[in-house]
Amino acid sequence: MKTEKKKTGTLFTANTKQLIITYGMVIAAYLICEICILTGNMSNQMKGLLVPLCYYVIMAVSLNLTVGILGELSLGHAGFSCVGLFVGAAFSISMQDMITAPYLRFFLAILIGALAAGVIGLLIGIPVLRLKGDYLAIVTLAFCEIIKNVVNVIYLGKDSAGLHISAKDTASLNLEETGTVIIKGPQGISGMPSDANFTIGIILILITLFIVLNLIHSRDGRAIMAIRDNLIAAESVGINITKYKLMAFSISAALAGAAGAFYGHNYQTIKATTNNFGYNMSIMILVFVVLGGIGNIRGSIIAAVILTLLPELLRDLSEYRLLIYSIILIGMMLLNWSPKAIEWKKGLAAKFSGKRQAMKEKKHSEKGAQ
Amino acid sequence: MSFITYVISGISLGSVYAIIALGYSMVYGIAKMLNFAHGDVIMVGGFVVYSLTNSMGMPPLVSVICSIIFCTVLGVAIERIAYRPLRNAASSLAVLITAIGVSYFLQNIALIIYGSSSKVFSSVVSIPPLKLAGGALFISGETIVTVLACIVIMVGLTLFINKTKAGQAMLAVSEDRGAAALMGVNVNGTIALTFAIGSALAAVAGVLLCSAYPSISPYTGAMPGIKAFVAAVFGGIGSIPGALIGGILLGLIEALGKAYISFQLSDAIVFAVLIVVLLVKPTGILGKQIQEKV
Amino acid sequence: MAILDVTNLSISFGGLRAVDDFNISIDEGALYGLIGPNGAGKTTVFNLLTGVYKPSEGHIILDGKDITGKKTIEINKEGIARTFQNIRLFKELTVQENVMVGLHNEITYPTLAGILKLPSYRRAEKEMREKSIELLKVFDLDQEADTLASNLPYGKQRKLEIARALATNPKLLLLDEPAAGMNPNETLELMNTIQFVRDQFKMTILLIEHDMKLVSGICSKLTVLNFGQVLCQGSTEEVLNNPEVVKAYLGE
Repeated sequence: MKTEKKKTGTLFTANTKQLIITYGMVIAAYLICEICILTGNMSNQMKGLLVPLCYYVIMAVSLNLTVGILGELSLGHAGFSCVGLFVGAAFSISMQDMITAPYLRFFLAILIGALAAGVIGLLIGIPVLRLKGDYLAIVTLAFCEIIKNVVNVIYLGKDSAGLHISAKDTASLNLEETGTVIIKGPQGISGMPSDANFTIGIILILITLFIVLNLIHSRDGRAIMAIRDNLIAAESVGINITKYKLMAFSISAALAGAAGAFYGHNYQTIKATTNNFGYNMSIMILVFVVLGGIGNIRGSIIAAVILTLLPELLRDLSEYRLLIYSIILIGMMLLNWSPKAIEWKKGLAAKFSGKRQAMKEKKHSEKGAQ
Repeated sequence: MSFITYVISGISLGSVYAIIALGYSMVYGIAKMLNFAHGDVIMVGGFVVYSLTNSMGMPPLVSVICSIIFCTVLGVAIERIAYRPLRNAASSLAVLITAIGVSYFLQNIALIIYGSSSKVFSSVVSIPPLKLAGGALFISGETIVTVLACIVIMVGLTLFINKTKAGQAMLAVSEDRGAAALMGVNVNGTIALTFAIGSALAAVAGVLLCSAYPSISPYTGAMPGIKAFVAAVFGGIGSIPGALIGGILLGLIEALGKAYISFQLSDAIVFAVLIVVLLVKPTGILGKQIQEKV
Repeated sequence: MAILDVTNLSISFGGLRAVDDFNISIDEGALYGLIGPNGAGKTTVFNLLTGVYKPSEGHIILDGKDITGKKTIEINKEGIARTFQNIRLFKELTVQENVMVGLHNEITYPTLAGILKLPSYRRAEKEMREKSIELLKVFDLDQEADTLASNLPYGKQRKLEIARALATNPKLLLLDEPAAGMNPNETLELMNTIQFVRDQFKMTILLIEHDMKLVSGICSKLTVLNFGQVLCQGSTEEVLNNPEVVKAYLGE
């Protein structure tokens, strides 16, 4: 929330302060983790979570651009990361011999993954962004499922003649004997170089934040938020609705694609299933966004980290952990959003700081009466 | 002949979708929320019958009735505990996320009780299959019961909405909740009733679904739930004939798509058709167009 | 010279002719009133002029250019800005940001300059901030520049809408019931502001209003609309003394 009443001109510095807190939080978390790793205070299990954590954070921040800033409900965010992952990973695998510098190759793979997802986002956005609310939600969900399904029938192979693609089976690729199969339909993609690590993840988070936060504070960001707040009024002051909706949607998709490409390079093999790239994952990311506060970028980061770690922290409870997770989720939603709970919390807060404040106000009103 | 077989299986599947879609559509139309847990109520309905009949050997009819009662109570309880407090929340996303939480909750309860592996579900239908055209055409008992159940439910519900006071109250609440309350309609009661009916239908659908594909797991309801919502949107959300048309069409597209285009892409085809329909008619086949007043 | 020339403007919704053969000609720099009973079609005329609805017949000429059937954003770029009867602010943006959105097409820079915070971004943003504060000062809103628009009191929200519309640098400003919900003092103040805006920005203003004090106080000419048709047109004094108009308002 923005602070109310302040003198003009301080707006800029107030923003800058908020930015420093957000970036600082990420960097501090990084340093703490690195220190823990160096001093041997981090379990292997936790270390294995670092790259996924970065992935979820980027996914949540980028989805918040669509849900919080543009104000449109998308249930297909995982579809874009799926595109980014498969395109980026296929690029890395096929370029492994040609580009030997791993960082350059990884950078290009992420860029290409982002580009592919951004283009898909644009293509999907053009027809569907006319729809509103829950209809848009169901159509984005539909696209996400289509992407997952299509990825599961693609076969891609490489030999000296170049890339071969088919929608049937491995044999139909007609590869030479020395050729390799990169994507094997439902068995997924395999052979990625393991280029992803925590440091690159943090850099990617910072870049994502830089893009999203700067966009929000620019002319284009204001136009996007104006559309969110009142489409008809935005149109009346000459804002091109389609252009800005598409801009927000495709940037959000491209960032998800970058996240996907990054994530893919953490594994040797990845299959696209309902749980990792279907609507289930899209919904999980949406949970991060809503719980962290719609439109609140910093909140998305915190919620993504806490909710990813929560099931791990509850691991001792083994089979009960996801049950408890769901109860906590319901409880938190009721506590944060129910009008009654909000009132109750306000009342509680007033009780604590209450008495003195009440005295002050009383004095004030008495003075006013005189 | 095989074409007719596919059409019949499509209609059978579509009838189940239609029954689920009806529940989805009613809840959406009246409570204005996407009840993501609806699919999981289907699964619960199936498991109640599984426990009573398959494990404890009770007669199928008794366990089906128990299942309907259980799901009705469950649906009302979910609405009361998880959804009602959020009805006037600042963002409509709040209740959507809570519904997702409820969905996780039901899945994980089932997971703890029954484990994650698929169980064989012995059909509750004991009607002999119909053999036509000298045995070339085979219509299973499950198909007959499913289609009949779908027809009975559609007719019953249409009569209920149009002829009873409670049904009219539902229409009023779906039209304008505030105005309905001012006219003396018990809004809370009406929404609770909607959830009760929707959940009872989910139980019926669950039993039919599990009988047709004789298996059940904690995830049984998830995908049919999503597809039924697609069917509801397809036909025009909030409309009973819309749910029927949407459900049947979806079932046909899925069955024929699987048979003639691609088995693996059948879901993609279903979703692609949805997208095309919405782009041509943004509120579904029978949906009403509402324009914002400037 | 007429800045706005509307001829034979009509639109039907279903069987209802909401606006029927509407004609109006507004001189540059005029303060023109559009009045009539509720449901007469006044707001529909505004919606036709701003491209929210497409007219089924007729022509709209703005400053010598035919803008009939153009889209809302194009019409805004051509020079018509408006306010709304039911206030439509960008609620989650601050007062100043609301006006800055109005400046969207006045001061521009590329998206990339914004994301990378290039010098062109800083220059343009500075100019936007200065210009928006200037506009807010006209409406005595500069002290509330950083307040969220939704936290403003009602009267100030109406003023902010006018400021936002002005930011688009229009030739013609349409005000839809600017004094609705204001008390007499606020209304009086608003009348002065509207006149000041007209003089200061050399603006032509067409306003819909029910407050006859405001209408007779600042409008030089009036058009009365009844059942979608022009009942009478002319100087304020003439129109307000016309028995037909009195009848339309008070009934027989």
